[in-house]
Amino acid sequence: MTVLEDLSVPPRDAGVLPRAVSRRERWLRRLPLLPALIYVVVVTQIPFVVTLWYSFQSYFWNSTAPAHFTGLSNYTTVFTNAAFRDSLVRSVVMTATAVIAAMILGVALALLLDRKFLGRGVVRTLIITPFLVMPAAAALVWAYPMLDANYGLLNYLLAPFGVNHVAWLSVHALASVIVVMVWQWTPFMTLIVLAGLQSQPPDTLEAAKVDGAGALATFRELTFPHLRPYIELGILLGSIYLVNTFDAVRLMTNGGPGTNTTNLPFYLYQQVNNAFDIGGAAAAGVVTVILTIIVATFALRMFARVFQFEEARG
Amino acid sequence: MSHLPFRPRVLGAAGCVAALLAAAACSSGGTTSSSGSGTVTVAVVSNPLITSQMVPLTRSVFEKQHPGVTVKFATYTEGDLRAAIEKDVSTHSNSFNVIMIGPYETPLFAKNGWLENLSTKFIAKTPSYDVGDLLPPIAKSLSYKGGLYAVPFYGESSMVYYRKDLFAKAGLTMPAHPTWAQVQTFAAKLNQPGKVAGVCLRGLAGWGDNMASLDTVVNTFGGQWFNMQWQPQLTSPAFVNATNFYVNLIRKYGEPGAANDSFNQLLTLYGQGKCAMWYDATVAATSIAGSYPSIAAKTGYAFAPVNLTKSSGWLWTWALGVPKGTANEADAWKFVSWATSKTYAHLVAAKYGWSAVPPGTRTSLYNTPQYKKAAKAFAGITLASINSTDPLHPTLHPAPYVGVQYVDIPQFESLGVQVAQQIAGAIAGTESVSQALKTSQSDAAAYTPQQLAGG
Repeated sequence: MTVLEDLSVPPRDAGVLPRAVSRRERWLRRLPLLPALIYVVVVTQIPFVVTLWYSFQSYFWNSTAPAHFTGLSNYTTVFTNAAFRDSLVRSVVMTATAVIAAMILGVALALLLDRKFLGRGVVRTLIITPFLVMPAAAALVWAYPMLDANYGLLNYLLAPFGVNHVAWLSVHALASVIVVMVWQWTPFMTLIVLAGLQSQPPDTLEAAKVDGAGALATFRELTFPHLRPYIELGILLGSIYLVNTFDAVRLMTNGGPGTNTTNLPFYLYQQVNNAFDIGGAAAAGVVTVILTIIVATFALRMFARVFQFEEARG
Repeated sequence: MSHLPFRPRVLGAAGCVAALLAAAACSSGGTTSSSGSGTVTVAVVSNPLITSQMVPLTRSVFEKQHPGVTVKFATYTEGDLRAAIEKDVSTHSNSFNVIMIGPYETPLFAKNGWLENLSTKFIAKTPSYDVGDLLPPIAKSLSYKGGLYAVPFYGESSMVYYRKDLFAKAGLTMPAHPTWAQVQTFAAKLNQPGKVAGVCLRGLAGWGDNMASLDTVVNTFGGQWFNMQWQPQLTSPAFVNATNFYVNLIRKYGEPGAANDSFNQLLTLYGQGKCAMWYDATVAATSIAGSYPSIAAKTGYAFAPVNLTKSSGWLWTWALGVPKGTANEADAWKFVSWATSKTYAHLVAAKYGWSAVPPGTRTSLYNTPQYKKAAKAFAGITLASINSTDPLHPTLHPAPYVGVQYVDIPQFESLGVQVAQQIAGAIAGTESVSQALKTSQSDAAAYTPQQLAGG
């Protein structure tokens, strides 16, 4: 959301603010913002500083040895630990696959929903529903009634086609988790793309029709370029949320079998809840933060460029 | 537009995302309940004997008898329970007045000074509690330096449940003391893919889940976790053989989706007639009798299968302990002593029948004529299984650790889960047994023998 606000700020040389504002005046103007700012600092930055402090400590919940300073050893462990690297890669794979699949489905559904047909309102509501279901509830519904090897609906439906008792959550664990992520996030993508479609000026489409462009050409040359910023926004927001996926992993596969579905949030959770290694988990958390900042910086810059281009054009 | 004014905000936004991530990782299930006067908060494992007996009986009997005391239950699955309790007692948050722990936790917690010594603090002043009545192996497993630090709610070993009707139809006879080779032969003959699994076994990752079963197989195949020098033995021939045997047995003749199954799932499967044999905790007999009477009528019971040793059952008990320094210790003990008393058995019997009584803790139960009659089919084998376990000498060859289906060191909490995940991966078929054990061996080798021995 910050992205959008940032970009709506007029360029600094637009001259909205008079230059001659006293220092006191500037602080007075900021005053109403301070409570919110202080709140944000308290709930986000102080925990982060505490995490940073813990990351240099050897601190185990299951040992009576008091927490003590260990220098960089927690970080050395993080960087040499194959489990951390694997979960990092898995997080990237899960997020990228889910976001791209959700976006493709989202575009397809949005294109369909953009047409007029009987009962469109009902269909729209139905399509949005998965996004409104609590992630934990969705994960449980998928894990047991849908995908269970013995009682699952999917196996029941596939049985006539010779598919027998497939243990989806063991054999296709990663794919199952990704399917649930896609199922939950497709509506969000649909909504964003639909908003884009509805803001498309009808006269350009008409002009294309008059010029004799087919449906495919119209989509490629007009609709898609128009949708691009919407798609990119959807991908950015979807990635920010999906990279944090925890509910589905915890409740459907518990990170397994083996470590097949252990992503970064689940790895951190395990470091705390199974290994009771507070220092190690904190260090892994800090490394995650740094990586996220790097990725986010690049992503946001890219988007800044996209939107600048849009502004220049509009 | 210059990028300069943009950057701090980027960092801010990214920082928020990151802080959220970190917060999500750290704040899993924080319990905020404080122990106000008269309230006893009990952390328990979700298990039919607790959720459908202990909880309602507490409401209808205990709270009526002790009007000043309110009992609050926090119910967890086994793995979550361990994490919640460990977090609570080690950080001295004291949100639980009573915790449900087992032979793994009790001595370790007692050594760390996290538990009240129930013997000196309460039992000595409560002669009616009759501590001498507790089954010796169970009481021993909950003791530290001669004092009881937790008292058993129920106790269990492991055994085989089998369907007498299916065995008869296939012309097979189950011996009272089967070998694993026999179990495999039977499973091969009884397995009907899609209808009935030859043998149902635990596959869910967790040291109290799939590793509990597998460890008993490893022990009877002559394997062990560590040798006397505390060097990990997970790639020794015996450990590899046992694991190969177990994993192949599940993959060939086990239930589909085994890598997600543990006690509760298997109880349902067996109860619905989807297993010809089932190797699990002896306490399952009580649950089968209570929830699936028609299957119970067709069920036969045999001792834990063996290979090189004479017996191979595990020993476990879910017991109640009182963390040190919590408020309301007197009320906590009132609840603990009530839930583990002889009278509790009578309360359960009156409401749910004698065969539903929590088994495996008191000698007197096995001398009660009504219980002997109601639980005739499995009372004897349960008692004999529990009495045949030896947590001090669990393995064929000498081992430096205590525990049949666990290694009683603090590191096992994490190591056990890591290995369990690898085994679950092998059961699901996402990696080979040798790969899984190689990874496990290097996980175990991450600790020095000194660390392990000093633990």
